[in-house]
Amino acid sequence: MPEIPILENLLESFQAIGPQIHLIIWALGILCVDFLIPPGKKSFGAVLALSGLVMAAAQLYWSWNAGPVSVFFDMLTLDSFALYFDLLFLVAAFLVVLMSYKYLDVEGEQHMEYYALILLATAGMMFMAGAIDLVSIFISLELMSISTYVLVGFLRSRKRSNEASLKYFLLGAFSTGIILYGMSLLYGLGGSTNLHEIARQISQLENHILLTLSLFMIMAGLCFKIAAVPFHMWVPDAYEGAPTSITAFMSVAVKAAAFAIFFRIFFVAFGDLREVFIFPLALISMVTITWGNVAALSQQNVKRLLAYSSISHAGFVLMGLVAGTERGVTASAIYLLTYTFMNLGIWAGVILLRRKDIPGERVEDFDGLYFKHPALAVVMLIFFLSLAGIPPLAGFIAKYYVLVAVLEVAFMPGEPYSSLMVWLAVVGALNVVVALYYYFRIVVSMFMKTDFSPAPLSFSKGLLVVLVITGFFTLLIGVYPEPFIKLAQAVSLPLI
Amino acid sequence: MSFFMENILTIVCFFPLTGVVLILLWPRKGEQENAIKWIANIVSFIGFLISLPLITQFNVEGYKDAATGMRFVIRANWIETIGAQYHFGIDGISMLLILLTTLMGFISILSSWSAIRERVREYYCYFLLLQVGMLGVFMALDFFLFYVFWEVMLVPMYFIIGVWGGPRKLYAAIKFFLYTLAGSVLLLLGILALYFYQHSVTGVWSFDILALQQLEIPLELQGWIFLALFLGFAIKVPMFPFHTWLPDAHVEAPTAGSVILAAILLKMGTYGFVRLSLPILPQATMKFLYPLLVLCVIGIIYGALVAMMQKDMKKLVAYSSVSHLGFCMLGVFVATPLALEGGILQMINHGISTGALFLLVGVLYERRHTRMIADFGGLSQIMPVYATVFLIMTLSSIGMPTLNGFIGEFMVLQGVFADPTYRLWAVFGAVGIVLGAAYMLWFYQRVMFGPLDNPENQKLLDLNWRELATFVPLIILAFWIGLYPKTFLDYLHDPVNQIVERVHPGEYSPLPVQVAVRE
Repeated sequence: MPEIPILENLLESFQAIGPQIHLIIWALGILCVDFLIPPGKKSFGAVLALSGLVMAAAQLYWSWNAGPVSVFFDMLTLDSFALYFDLLFLVAAFLVVLMSYKYLDVEGEQHMEYYALILLATAGMMFMAGAIDLVSIFISLELMSISTYVLVGFLRSRKRSNEASLKYFLLGAFSTGIILYGMSLLYGLGGSTNLHEIARQISQLENHILLTLSLFMIMAGLCFKIAAVPFHMWVPDAYEGAPTSITAFMSVAVKAAAFAIFFRIFFVAFGDLREVFIFPLALISMVTITWGNVAALSQQNVKRLLAYSSISHAGFVLMGLVAGTERGVTASAIYLLTYTFMNLGIWAGVILLRRKDIPGERVEDFDGLYFKHPALAVVMLIFFLSLAGIPPLAGFIAKYYVLVAVLEVAFMPGEPYSSLMVWLAVVGALNVVVALYYYFRIVVSMFMKTDFSPAPLSFSKGLLVVLVITGFFTLLIGVYPEPFIKLAQAVSLPLI
Repeated sequence: MSFFMENILTIVCFFPLTGVVLILLWPRKGEQENAIKWIANIVSFIGFLISLPLITQFNVEGYKDAATGMRFVIRANWIETIGAQYHFGIDGISMLLILLTTLMGFISILSSWSAIRERVREYYCYFLLLQVGMLGVFMALDFFLFYVFWEVMLVPMYFIIGVWGGPRKLYAAIKFFLYTLAGSVLLLLGILALYFYQHSVTGVWSFDILALQQLEIPLELQGWIFLALFLGFAIKVPMFPFHTWLPDAHVEAPTAGSVILAAILLKMGTYGFVRLSLPILPQATMKFLYPLLVLCVIGIIYGALVAMMQKDMKKLVAYSSVSHLGFCMLGVFVATPLALEGGILQMINHGISTGALFLLVGVLYERRHTRMIADFGGLSQIMPVYATVFLIMTLSSIGMPTLNGFIGEFMVLQGVFADPTYRLWAVFGAVGIVLGAAYMLWFYQRVMFGPLDNPENQKLLDLNWRELATFVPLIILAFWIGLYPKTFLDYLHDPVNQIVERVHPGEYSPLPVQVAVRE
């Protein structure tokens, strides 16, 4: 029988995207069984979503040691970078679903589409992590974005949620347009949509103005997605208006996915253009960290405060990209992983405070939490300390690693940007102090004020599991980061 | 070698955690406050007892690392990918500071018995956690580990000030936290610069402090690293002009918090200079010597003058700390053998005398709920024991012969004076001593002598047995160091010689080391 290479490639390809296929099938399944489930039992969707995520994770486990393969005619790749981010997305989605089901009941918006959309967004992210072609990058980006636009506006009776969704959608579409324009220029210059091929072609061009233009357009669009200053305007509104569980999802998973393509494009396609983008990117990183923190100082609404804090954390992750080294990628990967745990933990706490008729979003709503629920307050304290970067917690390891990555470049012999790197490190380090101040406003509320509203918190088993898992990893990564660093080190291999 | 002696540093460092666990697990039904207090007191007392073998077994040959001279070394890989190790070890300097920590930890916990009435369980947990952090700083020989402990202790101290403090406690607590943190993050950058330099020379990723002390770093880089480390340590000490957090923190903190803050936390800064800045960056220290000395001297004189004008007792003692630590840093930076040893001894002395003074102020505050000097007068008539203890500690603080302060100050002055280059600085130091005597004696006079005319003061009770128990060890130590300092100085000669040799190679003859090594 004659060999049919195309067919073989396709078979292999579909095997490689098994986890994503799982998610999509489960998502469609959820939509199909929706009409069978009576209105009061819609939270069954969470069970289905969780099973889908577990199945996808199991599938991912099998492909873990498969080695880098390139599938769908170099549209997607399955390398350690993609696998690491896939795992991160699955973990984040799993925790978010656990956080959601009770919350949706409280909000009175329990619908099964919610879970289906989360699965679809996750599938989109996983495609993003593996995408090495402009076309697949764009399509997967859209799959994720459109699912998220809908999720942000999921509290359909709420004006704020609608506004957030519209704002996010308009600005998101706008930024996607900018990325697309940059990509079209890149395609014109490189003659291909494959990132490796583009890199080969544009290395022939010298200082082409269109190339620079395309680079900056893609950079601007991606900065929208990761919420870097000055492209961050949508973040506080979108984060505040979105359902809190979706805010949590956006702040960790959506952001990490955007970073994944940011890294992929800038390392693979623009790897040789470091001197073009390093200065603007370093500047963006510094401004993002600083402005995010400064703006957070005066926020009264916890969701807005955390939105600004999340902006500043994006600046820290960018530091890894600015460093542009193996260690830089590792640092960003560790940062995103630890941020997933500690930030989801914080959001779980915010969700607990959302009770029937009590929004629980102001800083004062945390007043006296310690006296009512000491264990919860202590866990929240751990998350806040970790976000601020106090050892021995995960957040410290993350901040430590990005600082090391940046300073390593500064100390390389003959490095033209060493003083820029040193300044970046100093700005990053000093911002830890600013960040601590506003995190501790909430800590002060929890531990040193006494009037706690008597309404019981909206506890659910799912939320408890989330708090335990995130708390455990926040401590574990802080005290013994070795295995996680090893894991993240593998991430950099395909890029460098 | 028994298991205990092999792991003594780990055990001493983490032993307070057993207290934390016990307190957290202790049943919550009914009145459990006394039980909690007993647990904390017993745990911290045992913590002190198990740290005693550090001094009794210090010179046993088997516990000494032949290559480095460190004792009781424990070393294991921790985060291999970045080269951070779990590396504990002590020399004479850290041994004395560790004993001071375990002792002051116990004393301050004992002194809180009746002062803390709310949130007792938490209070003792934070204190014991603080203890772990402080001990770790003095034991760590790995810079990464050092930094972790250095930061860890900020959180419990923040809560001790912020929850049990005075009227402006939140302001003072966050100020303390932010100031120290700002210094710490720059310290971290300095540590990383050392880390990369070490790698570029040796090809090894390591934070080993002892290895860093062997490096010859180019002067320019040394200068930058020194500045980073300096900010970290100088804020902690605190040296002028970074001292502004200290009066706030001291005034607002509960008594035991002030005691620990003054006696131990500030020593972490001076210890940082002695253990890290000087030996790792000797040329940079010399390069910045004159600005540093100017800061020390301003600290000595400014601290003393401000202390003189204070109406609040705690603020007075706080500013006296600024002055005393300026003195201590003067000795450390000049780094002739005698001056350095005097500076280190002065760290211990300051811990004893200022710790005791804060305790004494706390005793009055607990009875009268005021710390204003003007509210008191003539107390010696009704509180004779209290007045005696107060007098001893006042004299210790101003450097009266036969008491500990004298030995330290004398050594610093003599050491500074011995080198003609620095003679002038000794004069400034001496001015500080005179001013110190002035404000302390005036303080004593206003509180203890004069007419006992305030009716509220006439019924004050003298020290009870528990309060007395907190002072007895400090008094004994004050006299011991004052009369026979050799017991303690013997442990300092060796490390001091090493540091001096590093900073001024071949300039000074080393202090005579005569240690009977035991098998």
